[in-house]
Amino acid sequence: MTDRAAPTPSAPTPSDPRLPPRTRRRPLIKLLFGDLVSAALTVLAALAIVMLLPALNWALLDAHWHVAAPGDCRHGGACWAFVAAKSRLILFGLYPPSEQWRAMIVIALIVAMILASLSPRLRGGRLIAIWGGAIVAMLVLMGGGVLGLPPVPTSKWGGLPVTLLLAVLSLGLAFPLAVLLALGRRGRLPLARAISVTIIELVRGLPLVGLLFVAAILLPLLLPPDWTVDKLGRTLAALTIFAAAYLAEVLRGGLQGLDGGQQEAAEALGIPYWKTVWHIILPQAIQNVIPPLTNTAIVMVKNTSLVLIVGVFDMLSAARSAATDPAWPAPSTEAYLFVALIYFVICFGISVYSAHLETGVKSRRHG
Amino acid sequence: MSPAIAIRELDKVYGEFHALRGVDLEVSERERVVICGPSGSGKSTLIRCINQLERHDGGAIVVGGVALGDDLRNLDAVRRETGMVFQHFNLFPHLTVLENCALPQILSRGARRATAEEKAQGYLARVRITEQAGKYPGQLSGGQQQRVAIARALCMEPRIMLFDEPTSALDPEMISEVLDVMVDLAEAGMTMVVVTHEMGFARKVADRVVYMEAGRIVETAPPDRFFSAPRDDRTRRFLSKILKGS
Repeated sequence: MTDRAAPTPSAPTPSDPRLPPRTRRRPLIKLLFGDLVSAALTVLAALAIVMLLPALNWALLDAHWHVAAPGDCRHGGACWAFVAAKSRLILFGLYPPSEQWRAMIVIALIVAMILASLSPRLRGGRLIAIWGGAIVAMLVLMGGGVLGLPPVPTSKWGGLPVTLLLAVLSLGLAFPLAVLLALGRRGRLPLARAISVTIIELVRGLPLVGLLFVAAILLPLLLPPDWTVDKLGRTLAALTIFAAAYLAEVLRGGLQGLDGGQQEAAEALGIPYWKTVWHIILPQAIQNVIPPLTNTAIVMVKNTSLVLIVGVFDMLSAARSAATDPAWPAPSTEAYLFVALIYFVICFGISVYSAHLETGVKSRRHG
Repeated sequence: MSPAIAIRELDKVYGEFHALRGVDLEVSERERVVICGPSGSGKSTLIRCINQLERHDGGAIVVGGVALGDDLRNLDAVRRETGMVFQHFNLFPHLTVLENCALPQILSRGARRATAEEKAQGYLARVRITEQAGKYPGQLSGGQQQRVAIARALCMEPRIMLFDEPTSALDPEMISEVLDVMVDLAEAGMTMVVVTHEMGFARKVADRVVYMEAGRIVETAPPDRFFSAPRDDRTRRFLSKILKGS
């Protein structure tokens, strides 16, 4: 590193006329009120801050963090003590308190799996196998009935584990379906194309709430009585088919962006069709559509909150029922804010993850 | 000995367009055939029919003694015999250079990863591109990418190599590095069918030059006679156009 220490004779000095004049920092007053647009924006921002002050006051200064009795929360201020008192109900719903550690491990497992998926060394088949094992472990932990764990019926499941499980499982199960639907819609077989188009358009044409009603309420009436499928399972099925229709269209976009030469090269090399799909076509199609895939994933995480309509006890339903406790004076805002914060953390996490994936793709495409 | 490739009365139609009209062509073992002709003459279609990237509509194709028809097992057998190099390289952009050469062996032959990578390294050395093995195709120049594509095809150890305008998409200064690799391959005794406008390559390497126009083979001749004494007017006109520059 000697050459760095030696000053090069032609190195321009600060006074060098060839250099553009050094940019001086603009004075603050000019930055804020320099022209009409900045002035207007400054005034608007100041107004917004002033208007938000009472909210900040409510949320922080006047807030009650610890109260002796629920009634102490009455005057002004947010009642965060309520969230602390009800956090168990919001996070775990009606899950038996003595077994709550199981639900906590499930949440920890999901978080750990998501972090593990960040590692670039875990890709493709191995990652999917590990996720499959982890999901089975989670379902066993939640449901019990084996390994000496007392059984907990799904009607008692609730809160964050239900939200996370519904989101992860519906997206995970929807993905292979979506691949089949997207390939079918683009394929040469008329029957496969007709089936794919029908399913996609039918499901996309229905509101999710309608699908949930059909799955939760109509299906048990239509099926013979001894064909009972658990309500949580039926809800999951509705979410899955809904996610599959949307993911299929996103993936179709990714497939359309692919150069036909890829398929031809694989064919000429004698690679069988499904291996071509798995190793050549899908990885590239997915890389093409990371932003809309992320969008669909985020929408589906939030869509799980709609299951409260058919009486599945997810995190939002749990927060709602916590807020109805008459002992506490009107704490629904605090409960919903708490749930909103958790949703935000999850969805923002997905965004960050997808941004990280995209930079990886970009660096490989162009030096 | 039966010929490496035997094509009889080959027909191919796209809707209204008659791409091939009764083409006959035989290629012997270790023979190098260069196919040239104006665009739309059917030369690419012909070469793509040999490994059935295009299905033919009439006539017969026999590759390495295996007749191509509706039987898919025959198709697999023919694709094992033939390697193909494309105009636009068609490397897999999401895989490194080494993986581009190793993965197809694993997927289509069930090769073990270690064996596949070893073989890939060997052929990458043969096309003189060893030091780029860890890079992605998007990080290489066109000439380098095409050499990787040749190595990838060679990794499958085909007995016949098909080249579909391998230098048409390259910048002029990169053409020779690809042609050099192809000349090496020819000197090693590979059976080659090459669609190209590189007449220098044809002169140097080809055993026979085939001139096509409007879906038909107009003339077939050894290169010295093809270039010095073409028999057909259409060939003469084509040659005068294409050789004017050089």
